[in-house]
Amino acid sequence: MPLLELKNVHTYYGNIHALKGISLSVEEGEIVTLIGSNGAGKSTTLRTISGLLRPRYGEILFKGERIDHLPPHKIVELGVIQVPEGRRIFPRLTVRENLEIGAFLRKDKAEIARDMERVFHLFPRLYERLNQRGGTLSGGEQQMLAIGRALMGRPRVLLLDEPSMGLAPVLVEQIFGIISDINAQGTTILLVEQNALMALAIAHRGYVLQTGEIVLADTAQALRENKLVQHAYLGVG
Amino acid sequence: MAVEATTGAELILTRRSFRSFMSEVFGPLLQVFLFVVGSAVALGGVVILLAVVLRGTREDIDLLQGTITILPQVIVDGLVRGFLYATIALGYTMVYGVLEFINFAHGEIFMVGAFVGAFFGAALASSGMLTTINPILFVIAAVLLGMAVSGLLAMSVERIAYRPLRNAPRLVPLISAIGVSLVLQDVMRMIAVNTGLGFNAQFRTPDLGQPLVLAHMPIADERTIPVSVDSRSLIFIVVAILMLIGLNYLVNITKLGTAIRAVAQDRPTASLMGIDVNRVIAITFLIGGALGGAAGILFGMRVGTINPYVGFLPGLKAFTAAVLGGIGNITGAMVGGIVLGFLEAFVASYLSLFTRGQFSGASYADIVAFSILILILIFRPSGLLGEVVAQKV
Repeated sequence: MPLLELKNVHTYYGNIHALKGISLSVEEGEIVTLIGSNGAGKSTTLRTISGLLRPRYGEILFKGERIDHLPPHKIVELGVIQVPEGRRIFPRLTVRENLEIGAFLRKDKAEIARDMERVFHLFPRLYERLNQRGGTLSGGEQQMLAIGRALMGRPRVLLLDEPSMGLAPVLVEQIFGIISDINAQGTTILLVEQNALMALAIAHRGYVLQTGEIVLADTAQALRENKLVQHAYLGVG
Repeated sequence: MAVEATTGAELILTRRSFRSFMSEVFGPLLQVFLFVVGSAVALGGVVILLAVVLRGTREDIDLLQGTITILPQVIVDGLVRGFLYATIALGYTMVYGVLEFINFAHGEIFMVGAFVGAFFGAALASSGMLTTINPILFVIAAVLLGMAVSGLLAMSVERIAYRPLRNAPRLVPLISAIGVSLVLQDVMRMIAVNTGLGFNAQFRTPDLGQPLVLAHMPIADERTIPVSVDSRSLIFIVVAILMLIGLNYLVNITKLGTAIRAVAQDRPTASLMGIDVNRVIAITFLIGGALGGAAGILFGMRVGTINPYVGFLPGLKAFTAAVLGGIGNITGAMVGGIVLGFLEAFVASYLSLFTRGQFSGASYADIVAFSILILILIFRPSGLLGEVVAQKV
């Protein structure tokens, strides 16, 4: 049984049919990536999984249980945690408070402190900025904080929405290295990216999304070698 | 370097440093205090200057001496008005912070608080306990009762009249709020008139003690007049300060407070942290309502007689105070309340003195209050402390 599964999910913005029957699955321990161009419905898919949007038809299952009727905070409680597009750091909370709010549902203080240490291991920069307001951080630091904040919730599956957006190439590489590490330490990841090259480099499997529909699904390796993907998303040929 | 960082991390994470605790809880109060002193000094300076300039215009009294004689009393009056507006303004500003919605029924929440106190006093009087109860106990019980009733009422109003309209155009909940306001006024009128409390309800209290004499002010012929604070004003100020400390602790230190601030800054993202946004909004109404209710009790205690319409004007002025300080900004609401209270107190006391009694200051103070509202909205819509509005995403 997949950890997370979407079955024929249709999502609308008013009358706009944004997702036209998305089906995908994420197995425990995988990095699965969802690539596609701007407006393909990648973020909409993540927002629908998180409960910020309601699918009109279809099912979303987490460990075999339907979650598509749950409010966002209940979905987070199950361990489906999103790092939203554009990072969405709380600008007037300090770095520490941003991390603490990531652990909002947890009561185990000692474990929370341990996880915060783990976040500082991954992102030493955040420790240096501990009492600074989130809004004063650079884009890269904010991305680190957004990922750290999500890790504070002990995700069973981490949904990452465009972690490379607006970052310098060297930072993108660093962030993707860390995403790989997080996965290696046991967290399942669903990664949405426009930067298909980077995403396919660290993912196990991938889906290609075009105007609300999945047009290709394969292993990352096969997708990298696929002519269409190379042409449309990797800038080859 | 990372290792170094993590060994220190444990210490930092287990406990907030004492310094940061103090600055989070008392920092805003220090700011309020600075505005109190600033307002008193600035306005005091202005009236003394005016008195010097206008000294020759009145033959009957010495204008300068008259000005200085009443100054301490005016400052105390300014403090009381200031804290009144500040405590009510907090309700407006907190709700605005999380919903960007102005709860125009908040003045009525305040009024209901005042009536809870009046009912409490009347109940004690009819059971004969009013003369025997310890006055401090009475004040505490009345304030807590008012906070509970007003807080729960504000929460229910949100659930019934605002939440279903959350996604409607912004004007719709505003109209709903005005409706709620009128309903509460007239329901309270119905209750008050039919329970024997009466339309003009007496706020009965035990003997709350004599005025506290602070100093003796020398006037001509070696006579002195006492500068005093009446006990009800003193109670008002003390309780208001305690509530502001409590609120700053709640909002800036506790987990709930962090959640409230997170919801205020970014509602969808707050829900992605596992925060039940509806619950946090309900709690925000509860807190704002409780503060309003406490202000109502203190207000009723001070003025002695209340009616179902006493919430309207203080409500509007507290809204002005919230805008003046920067709506959505908690410290701003306190500061705005203080500044507005002082301005009003000075106008109320000195306008008639300087115009030879032609204009009664007390009845024209509202002109000042609402002129400020208009000027602020035109020239500095973000308010005195309000970088917050501009930052709001």
